[in-house]
Amino acid sequence: MSELSVDHLLGIKYLNNDDINLIFDTADHFKKVINRPIKKVPSLRDITIANLFFENSTRTKLSFELAQKRLSADVINFSSAQSSLNKGETLIDTVNNILSMKVDIVVMRHPNPGAAKFLSMHVDAKIINAGDGAHEHPTQALLDTYSIRAKYGEVKGKKVVIVGDILHSRVALSNIFALQLQGAEVMVCGPKTLIPKYIDKLGVKVETNLIKALKWCDVANMLRVQSERMDISYFPSTREYAQQYGVTKNLLDSLDNEITIMHPGPINRGVEISSEVADSDQSIILNQVENGVAIRMAVIYLLASKIK
Amino acid sequence: MSQKVLLNNKEVNIILHRLACQLIEKHIDFSNTVLIGLQPRGTYLAQRLKMMLSDDYNISDIKLGLLDITFYRDDFRRSDKLHEANSTEIDFLIEDKNVVFIDDVLYTGRSIRAALTAIQSYGRPKEIELLTLIDRRFSRHLPIQPDYRGRQVDAINDEKVLVNWIETSGEDAVYLINN
Repeated sequence: MSELSVDHLLGIKYLNNDDINLIFDTADHFKKVINRPIKKVPSLRDITIANLFFENSTRTKLSFELAQKRLSADVINFSSAQSSLNKGETLIDTVNNILSMKVDIVVMRHPNPGAAKFLSMHVDAKIINAGDGAHEHPTQALLDTYSIRAKYGEVKGKKVVIVGDILHSRVALSNIFALQLQGAEVMVCGPKTLIPKYIDKLGVKVETNLIKALKWCDVANMLRVQSERMDISYFPSTREYAQQYGVTKNLLDSLDNEITIMHPGPINRGVEISSEVADSDQSIILNQVENGVAIRMAVIYLLASKIK
Repeated sequence: MSQKVLLNNKEVNIILHRLACQLIEKHIDFSNTVLIGLQPRGTYLAQRLKMMLSDDYNISDIKLGLLDITFYRDDFRRSDKLHEANSTEIDFLIEDKNVVFIDDVLYTGRSIRAALTAIQSYGRPKEIELLTLIDRRFSRHLPIQPDYRGRQVDAINDEKVLVNWIETSGEDAVYLINN
């Protein structure tokens, strides 16, 4: 079996398509494992993993922790709210202290773009980026792309539109890289103020009209409006955003094509998608959550295999 | 590299018939017995035995499952290469069943150790037996022995025992390969 070409998972841009296929094929096996009566395998029983969350997270943290426990790894958790970071310690010092406790893998979320890369250059452990600022969120992109593969059989040739706050979204950037590697066509759609300049240089289509975008696509990945990252006002009101860029049941029914709705969570019901849409048969939001555990098990397993 | 034929087509066939008969002697109608082929190489032997039991000995409804042990191996991170996972296909309950593990070659016994752990994920069997076509004597790392063996072979560590099946290599034969 081939190995990953990388020693850390810092972002999708460091991976090649063979890596993604290897992760997906491994995730297929783990998906079966987590659907058994006994959902655990002993592969990582001598591996210790630290989850360092310098930024709030609920589902990503739970999903990582569950994946680690399903692989029988020992897990320690750290979140910045209760940490000595508030006492002025640097990132490297904090992490080195944790590594002195013989940790093999670090899963880190951090508000600064490039934090995971920086860490990988300075500490001796495998690093998994669980989101670094508005930069990348590789495991989310992998599970999104994997969910499209699970639904359609393959990603190649599928038309995927990413709707919403592209400017502040690490999910969008990682998704663009992963989908393109797998051969999908990608479009981004949102208010002009929330679409980064020059994003078309990445080879994606840009559309500001939601209806046109939905008519074009097979899959719509609806992103959350990241109010916490917005330093200025990018659109007049949430109500206006919902009217222009929210997907409702009526809007879906008015389309000729049946599209699949995805959302990385947490959902703002009634803003980017209505409750009806979130709970409809066209939505694969909860499949994404299940696939997330399998994908994270695959990533951790494949990186751990490189610890000799 | 030299190779020696340990078993030819005819010998493999005779041995398979003997193993099938030994299974019948113990399990009679297989009503509470399931066969589990160990992935990847035990699956051919398991499928062949199932076919023989139903076609030649009229035992129908034999349950056959395939078990993958990749995630239960004890050499994860210790071996040079990453082992490729195969699918596990067990679509029946193991609870209180007589389980027969089937593999082509028994060498160190570590795969069987892993299989013993892996099968626990599917329930608590009444008992587990082991059937192997080739038993490499004096090579065991663990106290594991087969209940049904095709042929015992003395092979040193540099030597490799290769089992070919018609399905994959166009012939039924067993070779001893000296590197």
